[in-house]
Amino acid sequence: MSVLVFAENSGGQFKKATFEAVSYAAAVAGLSGTDVTAVVLGTISGDALAVLGTYGADKIVHISDASLDNFEAHAAAKAIAAAADAASVKTVIVSNNYSGKALAPRLSVKLGAALATGAVDVPVANGNNLTVRRTVFSNKGFADITLNSDRKVITLTPNSYKLVELNKAGTVSTLTNPVAAADFKTKTVELKKVSGKIPLTEAELVVSAGRGMKGPENWGMIEEMASLLGAATACSKPVSDLHWRGHEEHVGQTGITIKPNLYIAIGISGAIQHLAGVSGSKVIVAINTDKEAPFFKIADYGIIGDAFEVVPKLNEAIRKFKAAN
Amino acid sequence: MKILVCISNVPDTTTKITFTPDNKAFNKAGVQFIINPYDELALTKALELNEAAGGGTVTVIHVGAADTEANLRKALAVGADDAVRIDAEPTDAFFVANEIAAYAKDKGFDIIFTGRESIDYNGGQVGGMIAELLDLPMVNVINSISLQGNAATIERDIDGGREVVSVDTPFVVSAQKELTEPRIPNMRGIMMARSKPLQVIAPAAAEKRTEISQYQAPQSKAGCKFIDAAEAETLIQLLHNEAKVI
Ligand SMILES: Cc1cc2nc3c(=O)[nH]c(=O)nc-3n(C[C@H](O)[C@H](O)[C@H](O)COP(=O)(O)OP(=O)(O)OC[C@H]3O[C@@H](n4cnc5c(N)ncnc54)[C@H](O)[C@@H]3O)c2cc1C
Ligand SMILES: Nc1ncnc2c1ncn2[C@@H]1O[C@H](COP(=O)(O)O)[C@@H](O)[C@H]1O
Repeated sequence: MSVLVFAENSGGQFKKATFEAVSYAAAVAGLSGTDVTAVVLGTISGDALAVLGTYGADKIVHISDASLDNFEAHAAAKAIAAAADAASVKTVIVSNNYSGKALAPRLSVKLGAALATGAVDVPVANGNNLTVRRTVFSNKGFADITLNSDRKVITLTPNSYKLVELNKAGTVSTLTNPVAAADFKTKTVELKKVSGKIPLTEAELVVSAGRGMKGPENWGMIEEMASLLGAATACSKPVSDLHWRGHEEHVGQTGITIKPNLYIAIGISGAIQHLAGVSGSKVIVAINTDKEAPFFKIADYGIIGDAFEVVPKLNEAIRKFKAAN
Repeated sequence: MKILVCISNVPDTTTKITFTPDNKAFNKAGVQFIINPYDELALTKALELNEAAGGGTVTVIHVGAADTEANLRKALAVGADDAVRIDAEPTDAFFVANEIAAYAKDKGFDIIFTGRESIDYNGGQVGGMIAELLDLPMVNVINSISLQGNAATIERDIDGGREVVSVDTPFVVSAQKELTEPRIPNMRGIMMARSKPLQVIAPAAAEKRTEISQYQAPQSKAGCKFIDAAEAETLIQLLHNEAKVI
């Protein structure tokens, strides 16, 4: 009856989103007084596994077959469903990252479960059902969605649930790999991992710039600010359409949706489609020459001024701040 | 290729989202509905794949009430060969996926396209569910696709980078922005769309597993604190001491 959480690893390491999912699973388990089983796929050390206990895993089920090292949704869904069945699990928690988005719909069908994607808070129990809050209309509203089936799958939006150190037992057991070669339906030809850069979807701090920067040659100060803060960089749609920056930086309605702790918008007007991707950010700073720029309506802090003067000043201040702290 | 493109009907991206006073429903009054932007990309890519291969058909399918037909006609005007509407309210992703899977099951589609997510409910569920119901492979959030016979090479987003995968037809994919530029219907397309088939089908029996009990508008912010550009550096202290984010 455990709550099962898919504890995804990448090259034998867990990311923060995984720990968040485990903490969240512990909160969900608390609703019905049950415990948490984390399922881990592929090659990983015992020491790494044990860390899941810190964030709330009572039991850890390891399916260690190396064929599962690289995430493949069809095979992963089969493996996780087998782990869920072995532990008579009713509720499964998955992170709402790219893997989770590929996995959760498949898994819900396999398990005969109701699915809520993109939860932003701990569910509320009513009888046998759970009601989950999620964002809808691209961050322009919330919906409370009730899962009516006996079994449930919930995906958690990264950076929505605080890590809680619960220091549980984290007892590791292994499960025989239920996945056969024929279960891998897609073949990886090439992996292009971005290294040395903070992936936008995982970043806690984001520095973003728009058409107000005039041209790609002016991004030096933006990258400098990001590197001083340890932030990822992002941009508005026209900026990636004009190839000033890569598509992977484009945030908004038709780009990536992010929810960092801090979003600094420089020379971005704040069109509704842009805000759709970033309005979930905890703190927003807007820097714009136009005092009527719509971004100021949703910003927490605003500077009305020319980016070409303000940004170098801020970079200097960050440098001093970092030296002092 | 025989391609099926799943189309959802969503509020225009500029819509101001409001809910009814009891927060039980989305206020549709005055809202203009469009083809989900990701589905537009899927449709355009499906047409491009067949044009490159020199043949094939593209069918668009939508689960929804009759008032959504204008957008199916638009898809026909863009270039789809025929359209199917399953006559039911699409209130639950599992229900929608079942309707589409039931239709597609014995039709021999090589590729089923969906969008990455519908921009109203942002579920990102229907495509993966169709794939599982039909036991097909699925590649989600794809940036490019090319075909060599019945084998496809696809690039998709993954956490921390990108992955190039190969997969054989039949399969399901979900489209996102980099895939292509949406095609706009021209006059000839609009004229031709009038005589293309739009079939209306009664829904198959299928379960609904979720329901929305309540909506809520986001809390409005306290308001913007302005910092004089001449003293821009004070922002850094505010972010540290007050907002506590750095
Ligand atoms: C269907 C659809 C989907 C869309 N999806 C997205 C999306 O996902 N993401 C997205 O970003 N957009 C999206 N858009 C586009 C969106 O409507 C806006 O056009 C876009 O966000 C504007 O980008 P921008 O703010 O960089 O440029 P602009 O609107 O040109 O604004 C530039 C801003 O910079 C300011 N500025 C100029 N010079 C300076 C200076 N020296 N210092 C400081 N500030 C300066 C200006 O005052 C202005 O506010 C979409 C549009 C549609 C129709
Ligand atoms: N009512 C519907 N009819 C047809 N296709 C749909 C419908 N709803 C969603 N889809 C498809 O599934 C994708 C993902 O939608 P969703 O799971 O609602 O985010 C959309 O981009 C469409 O391709």
